Amino acid sequence: MFAFIVQRMFQAILVMLAVALVAFSLFQFVGDPINNMVGQDATEEQREALRERLGLNDPVPIQFAKFVINTAQGDFGVSYRIGQSVDVVLADRLPATLELVFVAAILALLFGVPMGIYSGLHRDSILSRLFQTISLIGISLPTFLIGILLILVFGVWLQALPTFGRRGLIDIGGWDTGLLTIDGWRSLILPATTLALFQLTLIMRLIRAEMLEVLRTDYIKFARARGLKNRAINYGHALKNTLVPVITIMGLQIGSLLAFSIITETVFQWPGMGLLIIQAIQFVDIPVMSTYLVLIAFFFVMINLMVDLLYFVVDPRLRGERGGAH
Amino acid sequence: MAQTPVLEVRNLRVEFPTRKGTLVAVDDISFHVNEGEVLGVVGESGAGKSMTGTAVINLLEPPGRIGGGEVYLDGRRIDNLPYEQMRRIRGRQIGMVFQDPLTSLNPLYTVGRQLIETIRTHTDLSEQGARKRALELLAEVGIPSAERRIDQYPHQFSGGMRQRVVIALALCVNPRLVIADEPTTALDVSIQAQIIALLKKLCHEHGAAVMLITHDMGVIAETADRVAVMYAGRLAEVGPVQQVIQQAKHPYTEGLMGSIPKVGHHTDRLAQIEGSMPRLTEIPNGCAYHPRCPKAFARCFAERPDLITQGATDVSCWLYDEELQRVEAHG
Repeated sequence: MFAFIVQRMFQAILVMLAVALVAFSLFQFVGDPINNMVGQDATEEQREALRERLGLNDPVPIQFAKFVINTAQGDFGVSYRIGQSVDVVLADRLPATLELVFVAAILALLFGVPMGIYSGLHRDSILSRLFQTISLIGISLPTFLIGILLILVFGVWLQALPTFGRRGLIDIGGWDTGLLTIDGWRSLILPATTLALFQLTLIMRLIRAEMLEVLRTDYIKFARARGLKNRAINYGHALKNTLVPVITIMGLQIGSLLAFSIITETVFQWPGMGLLIIQAIQFVDIPVMSTYLVLIAFFFVMINLMVDLLYFVVDPRLRGERGGAH
Repeated sequence: MAQTPVLEVRNLRVEFPTRKGTLVAVDDISFHVNEGEVLGVVGESGAGKSMTGTAVINLLEPPGRIGGGEVYLDGRRIDNLPYEQMRRIRGRQIGMVFQDPLTSLNPLYTVGRQLIETIRTHTDLSEQGARKRALELLAEVGIPSAERRIDQYPHQFSGGMRQRVVIALALCVNPRLVIADEPTTALDVSIQAQIIALLKKLCHEHGAAVMLITHDMGVIAETADRVAVMYAGRLAEVGPVQQVIQQAKHPYTEGLMGSIPKVGHHTDRLAQIEGSMPRLTEIPNGCAYHPRCPKAFARCFAERPDLITQGATDVSCWLYDEELQRVEAHG
């Protein structure tokens, strides 16, 4: 178990280094950032001074080593566009995205899991068919369209909810949270729903398919033949066996929620990292882009590590023969 | 024979409604199993053996359903019970052993947990009491160092050991009847005899009647008291095992026995019954066996034979009906 964790940590570090290399090479290949930073009438000396200050004159391997060391210490450089250091800019944006993703993931699980179980157990009931139909919409409609439709219905027609921005923030130790005020929740609910809808339908369909599969297995039939109660069979035996694939997919999906909240944040003008990265791309703000890349990769790696550990909790077959034949 | 049989099946019919019409997987079969008795059920794949067992415990997979007939357990009709009442009978009064021990146990729970869960579902035992009982059972089915093994997962057991666990699970609350559906088919040949012997011994000790479903005549010959031969969803012959094996009455049983190779006899070609069992969609009129039967005559093509009692054996074949008539005519 311990050896496994160490091994996974080592792999995680390799992955992060590879990502860092990609992030770093952004600096090398996406034009000369100096042009974007200084005015048209800047002198050659001014340009050179800036180039020197940003360390752009060092040899490439040294630049990469510096980049890795700085990044590992949380120093991501200075945003070309805003002129502030990137960690400050990100620290400002991160809470917005994390709260949005967190609430969206909770929504997706809270509704997706029970709906999936229900439609797996009663696959021919009217309600399951309704769920299936709704999930088809959730899967096939693009996020921006869902966002715009929600704005139309709840913002324009019903005038019930705000359609853009993040309000009602309270600062807790440098973390601006919107989860403590009604206003904060009101502005969160539409973007979170938009982001959650696809995940919700995905989780629902996955659990349904897995439940149908597991309910056909011999051990479920044997559990019935032993006269176990339906509750015990459905939730104790069947549901637990659907968990391994479900955990895998959910881990990946939470990662992509973080990475791809861009569209939702743009539609709702949500001041998170997604919006930041869109603006950064427009301005070729490479420090922000590369930091974003590294950060998202870091989240993915951490989530995958947690998923691997969860496998251990759920499935004894992966624990090896530990405690077995001795 | 005034005693009530443990299991009595009358005119059982299992159907599968399909778009092209209803398939009849088990067609009008009747048999019984007495207390302490082992009834072997043999037949080819698709003859309806397993379907019969599954119908008795009322676990047919939809759309399969019992289309007619009655099932009695200790004289009480059970085929029409509501789900919850039937659930209490499963495991409590009817235990079942399935074919593949590798897939019969839930891989995510220890064998102890699965045993304790089953015991506690059907009895008032406490967690500790159930665990004690589970340990006794594991020891009883011949699992060495049960104390340690009880907290292990199914994947830590070999196939034979797993089937022992499955038997322990089927017997854990002393059921009246055990339905063993090909309990040794998935096992290594060297283990098969052990498992069958164990099953027979334990059922005897626990006072359970056994319905042993198999296609292995050797197992039947050694284990069963009586044997039911099935063909195309119908019963061909039921009788005491020695009689059926040595003096088979139904031409199908005769063919079946004739096709078992004998040790010591040199043959170039194994004996076989010509043709193959009809699909459920193509069961012929009259006796289902007539297209392959060397003794078939006009009546076999038109009329379906009922079970005709011939001594201790019941056989569904017109040959015997005619013989009876002839004897009567002469007598």
